[in-house]
Amino acid sequence: MRKLVILGGGTAGTMMLNKLSRVLNEDQWQITVIDDSETHFYQPGFLFIPFGMYGQKDVVKPRREFFPMRANVVISGIDRIDADHKRVILDDKSVVDYDYLIIATGAKIRPDQTEGLLDDEWGKSKFDFYTLEGAQRLHQFFESWHGGRLVLNMTEMPIKCPVAPLEFLFLADSYFTARGIRDKVELRLATPLSGAFTKPKATEILGGLLEHKNIKVTPDFGIARVDNERKMIVSYDDVEVPYDVLVSIPTNMGDECIARSGLGDELNYVPTDKETLVSEAHDDIFVIGDAGNLPSSKAGSVAHFQSEILFKNFLDRIEGRPMHSSFDGHANCFIESGFGKALLIDFNYDVEPLPGKFPFPGIGPFSLLHETRMNHYGKLAFRWMYWNVLIRGAELPIDSKMSMAGKVAA
Amino acid sequence: METLEILGKHLAVDKDGNLVNRADWNEEIARAIAAQEGIGELTDRHWAVIRAMQKAFDRDGDAPSIRRLTNESGVDVKTLYQLFPKGPAKKAAKIAGLPKPKGCI
Repeated sequence: MRKLVILGGGTAGTMMLNKLSRVLNEDQWQITVIDDSETHFYQPGFLFIPFGMYGQKDVVKPRREFFPMRANVVISGIDRIDADHKRVILDDKSVVDYDYLIIATGAKIRPDQTEGLLDDEWGKSKFDFYTLEGAQRLHQFFESWHGGRLVLNMTEMPIKCPVAPLEFLFLADSYFTARGIRDKVELRLATPLSGAFTKPKATEILGGLLEHKNIKVTPDFGIARVDNERKMIVSYDDVEVPYDVLVSIPTNMGDECIARSGLGDELNYVPTDKETLVSEAHDDIFVIGDAGNLPSSKAGSVAHFQSEILFKNFLDRIEGRPMHSSFDGHANCFIESGFGKALLIDFNYDVEPLPGKFPFPGIGPFSLLHETRMNHYGKLAFRWMYWNVLIRGAELPIDSKMSMAGKVAA
Repeated sequence: METLEILGKHLAVDKDGNLVNRADWNEEIARAIAAQEGIGELTDRHWAVIRAMQKAFDRDGDAPSIRRLTNESGVDVKTLYQLFPKGPAKKAAKIAGLPKPKGCI
């Protein structure tokens, strides 16, 4: 019996489990998935919770609902991966052997990494929205807030879903306008980037939207610490930004089990070949989604495109063929811009987000880098697609490779 | 292809304004870029960071993030910001003749 072990039953791990379960012969392959919790979170939905647009029921389901019958499901923390002996050691020191390993342990926020961030005020005047609890606490806070200075700070890159901070501010503008207190709320983005986003064309357009919506920007802001007494965030070069409420995107890091295994970089991400998705250190380990160190966005759409490449390369590998599929860094993200509209961006390692049209069989086309209601409906429809199509490992009508069709080159 | 005029030469630069050809780079060019970026005189500590950055790039094919740069150069983050204000990784990469770190996506 050959053994495939998948670490992590989130978006990426569940997709791979479902895709490979269908093709790996049950008499020849045992497939195990290991995760430390029974709950699957629809992470893209957390963004909507602070504004009362989604609740817990929209973003939480039991993981097992999406696991195939044949999967051997282990609910346990992972102590470490012993790659030299091809085995995984669980928290209770029991051992799971593998022939092939897929690491899909994701990334987590680490507010403990910034001085002064994680203290008594965490969840009271300082919040995150990258966890369900954080997003819910922020919702409660907003419900009774009468206004003041709201600062959104990204601690350091890379972060999961790099457009989420902008979407949060756009939705906040919309939400406080609807509540009739927008004139009492100052919205500010304090970012380590030099502008709104990481790619030039999108930065120009999204920066214009921030300005239009009267959202102020403090660029090149590398946070050194939170001064809790003075309610200020302070940068390494001593720029001070005062807040009444701080919404933080804390440092994102890979799972601690990666560090314990000696498989991670300085942020616990696994060094991975950006085209084949094979670990650079061990050729029997594949890496997918946020767990890897690829220079692509950490986002569900990216994990989805990777899953199609990894699927083909995995089958090549176990049959002893050369791996012929190559990931191009494709990302496809709706960006909520408030007031029932959204933008769409589509890009890869080499091509930055460009304006134009994005063909989508059946319902499209969507408009790229342009605010429309259609894009907003696309974003909302994505939740249904996520639960019913995407993580079940079924096909979506979008190519895993980025296409220039419809795009207007600069 | 855009170019940047440095010391009377027109050198090819990418969309971030960083040198395209490493062969165009030398210490004199580095000093001129530093001056254009408002860094001023390059001290031994600046050079240590620039060299560490180039070494990491040659090994990894990417310029290091701030976090990795502190490990590579042995210079702490606070000092990096004093040496290269407003984004040490970004500024040091530009002066070192390297593309902007891909770390920020």
